[in-house]
Amino acid sequence: MIERAIGAPEMALVVAVPLLAACAILLVRRRTAVLGMVASLAIAALAGCLIWRIAQEGPQRMNLGGWSAPLGITLYADGLSGWMLGTTALIALFVSVYGSGYFHRNQPATQFGGTANFFWPLWMFLWAALNALILSADVFNIYVALELLGLSSVALVTLSQAAPAVSAAVRYLLVSLIGSLSYLMGTAFLYAGAGTLGFKELASILHPESFSFAALALMSTGLCMKSALFPLHFWLPPAHENAPAPVSAALSALVVKASFFVMLRLWFSVFDRVVTEEAAMVPGILGAAAVIAGSVQALSAQRLKQLVAYSTVAQVGYLFMVFPLGVLNPSSWTAVGGALYLVSAHACAKAAAFMVAGNVLRAYGHDRIEDLRGVVQQMPVSMFAFAVAGVSLIGLPPSGGFIAKWLLLTAALEGPEWGFAAVIVAGGLLATAYIFRVFSRSFRNVTDLGDFKKIPARMEWSALTLSLCSMLLGLTATHVLEFMQAGTPLIRVAMMEAGP
Amino acid sequence: MTFDNALPLLILLTSLAGGSIIFLIPEHRRGTRTALNMAAALTKLFLTAILVWGVQHDHVYETRLQFLPGIDLLLDADALSVLLVSLSSVLWLVTTVYAIAYLEHAPQSRSRFFGFFSLCVSSTIGIALAGNLVTFLLFYEMLTLSTYPLVVHRGTEESMRAGKIYLAYTMGGGSLFLFAVVWLSVVVGPLEFTEGGMLGRFAGQHASELRVIFFMLVAGLGVKAALVPLHGWLPRAMVAPAPVSALLHAVAVVKAGAFGIVRVIYDIYGVRLASELQLLQPLAVVASFTIIYGSLCAIRQDNLKKRLAYSTVSQVSYIALGASILGPLAAVGGVVHLVHQGLMKITLFFCAGNLAESLGIHEISRMAGVGRRLPATMAAFTLGALGMIGAPPMAGFISKWYIGLGALSAGAEWVIWVLVASTALNAAYFLPILHTIWFKEPAEDLSDKTGHARGRLEIHWMLLVPTVLTALLALLCGLLGDAPFSPLEWSRLIVDREFGQ
Repeated sequence: MIERAIGAPEMALVVAVPLLAACAILLVRRRTAVLGMVASLAIAALAGCLIWRIAQEGPQRMNLGGWSAPLGITLYADGLSGWMLGTTALIALFVSVYGSGYFHRNQPATQFGGTANFFWPLWMFLWAALNALILSADVFNIYVALELLGLSSVALVTLSQAAPAVSAAVRYLLVSLIGSLSYLMGTAFLYAGAGTLGFKELASILHPESFSFAALALMSTGLCMKSALFPLHFWLPPAHENAPAPVSAALSALVVKASFFVMLRLWFSVFDRVVTEEAAMVPGILGAAAVIAGSVQALSAQRLKQLVAYSTVAQVGYLFMVFPLGVLNPSSWTAVGGALYLVSAHACAKAAAFMVAGNVLRAYGHDRIEDLRGVVQQMPVSMFAFAVAGVSLIGLPPSGGFIAKWLLLTAALEGPEWGFAAVIVAGGLLATAYIFRVFSRSFRNVTDLGDFKKIPARMEWSALTLSLCSMLLGLTATHVLEFMQAGTPLIRVAMMEAGP
Repeated sequence: MTFDNALPLLILLTSLAGGSIIFLIPEHRRGTRTALNMAAALTKLFLTAILVWGVQHDHVYETRLQFLPGIDLLLDADALSVLLVSLSSVLWLVTTVYAIAYLEHAPQSRSRFFGFFSLCVSSTIGIALAGNLVTFLLFYEMLTLSTYPLVVHRGTEESMRAGKIYLAYTMGGGSLFLFAVVWLSVVVGPLEFTEGGMLGRFAGQHASELRVIFFMLVAGLGVKAALVPLHGWLPRAMVAPAPVSALLHAVAVVKAGAFGIVRVIYDIYGVRLASELQLLQPLAVVASFTIIYGSLCAIRQDNLKKRLAYSTVSQVSYIALGASILGPLAAVGGVVHLVHQGLMKITLFFCAGNLAESLGIHEISRMAGVGRRLPATMAAFTLGALGMIGAPPMAGFISKWYIGLGALSAGAEWVIWVLVASTALNAAYFLPILHTIWFKEPAEDLSDKTGHARGRLEIHWMLLVPTVLTALLALLCGLLGDAPFSPLEWSRLIVDREFGQ
């Protein structure tokens, strides 16, 4: 594939527009929701253009300011980045729609006070950080994006102002900083050892040497912390549970995946020649443990948001199984395709699930699972969305989650890695158990329904739309997998010549 | 896409799209909902008639959509598909009519009910039309999910518990099935249903893997087909409203399992390979055990629906038994029982529903003399029960006759004893009911309790007509077994193609 030297202007714009929008909203401070929505639509449209361009012309590279790799900042977009960018845009757009209802001035103000005005600028910063991270083609830029991402996430968690949210945010901040620090140290090792930080340059220089092992270990540890891989997941449930619902949706759907995405790039392209099968077993086994541990904790969760948050811990576990499954069978895209599919399917389903949890919390003033009787009668749209999202989380056909599970299970049985295969299947059963905990309460018919406040329709419909997207992903697998491979990202031999 | 290519998809979409729209209809728009339901059901019946005609005349109906790399979503109407498609199209129509009247006074959401009801039927149609194992799996799991809201529809403590047990069994079986399907496709590649089996050329290399996978597949399917000891969910799931039980026992869930077993034996492994690998004997033993055990349990039940449920456990295993005896005659008996059992069992459940609706009677001990109060319903019940026992000229007789003949020609005489024992047991739990209905003096006041009786009819016509209609169909299938398009003729066609004669 030919890469164009100047690159698509959209690449710079998807990062610049949200940054500018954030500043603009901070300055204007009025009609923030309108500005936020306009910016969201613009960013999503730009992401769409970029994806279209990648599909038509192949991978895109852009040297900011005309300076090439060792000196300037390089942005790179192949099928993989395009897909991540698209997923981010889709989820973020609906988070914006949902947020405009959640933080609407007609909604109970005491809970948010003046802080609602801060949602939009912080949310735009977060989106900019995500896009920058996805498009970065060198290790240091990723560090910068990770820091911006972490800080804006923490700030967003504190928006709910409740005491548990603040303490969860402080813990999140510490973990995020330690993770970044670990990543930065790895970067320092790399720079000292290899003298460069660009993906493409590193991929051709790195060999199994002590400094590259150390760099890989440090960077991976930092990224695993940020992705909440078991047993470094302790910070995630309180943070995601206590954040305002649109924030929880964005954090669970997108932010934890961003660090996973970086790790995928590092392991399968930059450190391709450094990683060993033994090393790959470490994140794999931790991932398998996360599937079980996260699901079991979800089974005993008391509140709906808590349950959904533990479900994220479990689902992130599936993602990390890609490392052993992908390294063991380097010529096959099955495992990697499966993990990437899960990233998107889970993003849609989990964002929808958190939105529903937020709806329930808003409508009833609580989200205790035990007391959810009759919710299906009163909020059929929301609960239908939760059911559809649940189908994808469990991994039942015809959902995106099923495709992901199918691919991962195929990769595991091709090995054959019986242990991982068993965990993938068991994880589905556990997910069924915790998802249907909700339905075995909410389907109960009751005549004396409790206090019920009507919520804006868009909060219900954005949840439903996202959950239906996760279902739609189940029917588009062939095309999506083909697109993801544009520019042959992560194909390990091809990487040497054409990679970022 | 030509019409022939689109037809399977259209048949699937009539109920799928219909169901999705029904969800959106406001609760009080009863007329709109009924009109949509009936329009979808009639359209499906019409399209199915075209399909039956076409398959008879060797048309190829195949819808292929890209699904996964190397795996298509394949809807493909062969003779076996057509059997289940016609059964479910016909029974969907009558059950919908029945359900509209049955749920008239229910407090729960009817849009939700009919929405999931249509999804449930769509899944069954998908299962019937699936042209490969992955497509089958897809609809098989969809069926599990769309049935759950129907089982728990009443929202009572008891139905929630039944729903939980139903899910635990079916999801467990589903996971096992998924694992086996992925494993099999890793070993041999795409798994398209092929008459005579498609695994023949892999048998030499992978014999031991294929054996293990077979038992995983059958165990996964056996949960829905209620093979003992995987049957525990079925008697509990009868807490669902009567039309749901009727559909569940006649065509949807248990049939999906039994149909899957037939598919795996005939179109994946092929009878010859399956018997070479010695896979059929154990299945025949499990099926026989289920037949006897289910009947023994049925005798002990006083709750009518529970007795019928255990009777289903027993009867559905005839299908697996017929499929697991080598030889075309037994195969005909097993395949035709797919239809016969469906018609007879749905009749019996409709009758149980009528009894509960109009008189509030759920127990057999309270049924004394109800024949005088509900003569037409109870006449239908009598036909259904005689069919279950296997008395000629009812449809049930034909199934047993062919399985017996097949067992004799395959040299499996022990199967005859299973059939004899089952007939005796069926008689033991159905004949006393018939006696109670017709010959005992009513012990309580049998006046109408819900106002369903209209004019001279014993019960609302929408509850009565489906009941009588399915009973007559079961009778006709027995009387006119040799007529063209009868289930028996059709089963012979299927088996001829499978055995390559």
